[in-house]
Amino acid sequence: MRMFRPPSIPSSEITSETTWLRRRELLAQGAGLAALVTLPGCFAGQESHAATEPSTLRALEGVTPAPRRFRTEEAQTPFEDASTYNNFYEMGTDKGDPVRNAHRLRPEPWSVVVEGEVGKPGRIGLEDLLAPHALEERIYRLRCVEAWSMVIPWVGIPLGAVLARFEPTSRAKFVAFETLVDPEQLPGQKRQILDWPYREGLRMDEAMHPLAILAVGMYGRVLPNQNGAPLRLVVPWKYGFKSIKSIVRIRLQAERPETSWSQSAPREYGFFANVNPEVSHPRWSQARERRIGEWRKRPTLMLNGYAEQVGHLYKGMDPKKLY
Amino acid sequence: MDAARRRTLVQAAAVAAGLAPAAVMAGAALTVGLGANPVETLTHETGEWALRLLLASLAITPLRRLGLTVLAPLRRTFGLLGFAYATAHFLIFLVLDLGLEPGLLIEEVAERPYVTAGFAAFVLLCPLALTSTRGWQRRLGRRWTRLHLLAYPAIVLALLHFLWLVKADLLEPAVYALVGGILLATRIPAARRALAGLRL
Repeated sequence: MRMFRPPSIPSSEITSETTWLRRRELLAQGAGLAALVTLPGCFAGQESHAATEPSTLRALEGVTPAPRRFRTEEAQTPFEDASTYNNFYEMGTDKGDPVRNAHRLRPEPWSVVVEGEVGKPGRIGLEDLLAPHALEERIYRLRCVEAWSMVIPWVGIPLGAVLARFEPTSRAKFVAFETLVDPEQLPGQKRQILDWPYREGLRMDEAMHPLAILAVGMYGRVLPNQNGAPLRLVVPWKYGFKSIKSIVRIRLQAERPETSWSQSAPREYGFFANVNPEVSHPRWSQARERRIGEWRKRPTLMLNGYAEQVGHLYKGMDPKKLY
Repeated sequence: MDAARRRTLVQAAAVAAGLAPAAVMAGAALTVGLGANPVETLTHETGEWALRLLLASLAITPLRRLGLTVLAPLRRTFGLLGFAYATAHFLIFLVLDLGLEPGLLIEEVAERPYVTAGFAAFVLLCPLALTSTRGWQRRLGRRWTRLHLLAYPAIVLALLHFLWLVKADLLEPAVYALVGGILLATRIPAARRALAGLRL
């Protein structure tokens, strides 16, 4: 058992000397091509304090190493790629926007509302939410619906164990999650690209599966803001957009919740969003993916390679409806 | 400065401007890198520059009608530069996304509307690039003008290609579509006469 001790200054706000000394280089990397080559990018080249240097993020201690069934031995994506190439529309729609806007988010103090079909609803501080659990490492493949993928060492706690503490009632069939809404901290919310807050959801049996975790860190350190600090979902057998970031609300309920992307484009994104190479996105193929760091594409695995572990959850369901 | 010299200078400046993005991309590739997903970066940059340069080519005729005749040769310059970026864009897709598999190309062109539109735009541009020389212009005579009307459907298809591939944020392709729409509207006879009336 260990306490989660939030730093007095969010570590994401601290610019280390090395980062400061490299500021021009970082600027060039972050804003680089966008600012030089694309017209809209010309106005986006402000200095960023978001962490692209792992040493600026607080290290997490006492993390249980991932057991074999929760780790892939594939090469891990470099931290720099995983923290500079992000889909987090609340921080901007270009992949490089989140790292530029991340310094606005204040991940501490943070609290989460747990409500709905639970015996013990309420608002709970992040430290208290994490306190009874041991932090665990999980090395998972992450497959984006846009046909790219990464391998990321997460640090988190099993979602099922967290939910159990709030004593779900027998009516709890689904879990709904919501991201923070605050256009000052999440400037992408100033435009209605999606109907904020970002919403995601899981069926109860999916949420209770040991692969599903609430992550608070990656690469042994707390999450960079652009990766969904301080608390995000990770469900590795589903497309990345299911793994909602910066969670402030968890609701257990009897009905299937609305989810942001299926509301925005119901024909293209479903509730389940299971990785399936045989079911194309209506506009592009899902058969192959580009692993970040590789030039050529590789075949996509059924359920992102977790079919053996989660396949039974979908027995008897039409795979065509599992997109 | 005499007219011929001025034209040469304008032409050289246009070529330099058109090649600059490729130079920036090459420079970035050799120094800071092209980000986490270089293939995507190259695909997006070459595609967007193809579109920008084709729109620039389309802007020359209305500007000429406004009296900026010195720009007239740039219609071909920008058109060819745009075609060069479009070719790079297509080759990156063919080699790095599809692994040079003809079967996959046929499948993508047949099944994905945004690929269909982009591919059709590229196919339409090919004969225009091939016949862009003065020699072909002379040989084809009036038919050359008619053939090069294909630039209009090509730009419409290229704009659709962009519009159909974004996930949720339509702002950027919408801005391009607006610019393209205005440039195409200047070809309407009434607009043409109005432009001529505004001569600088």
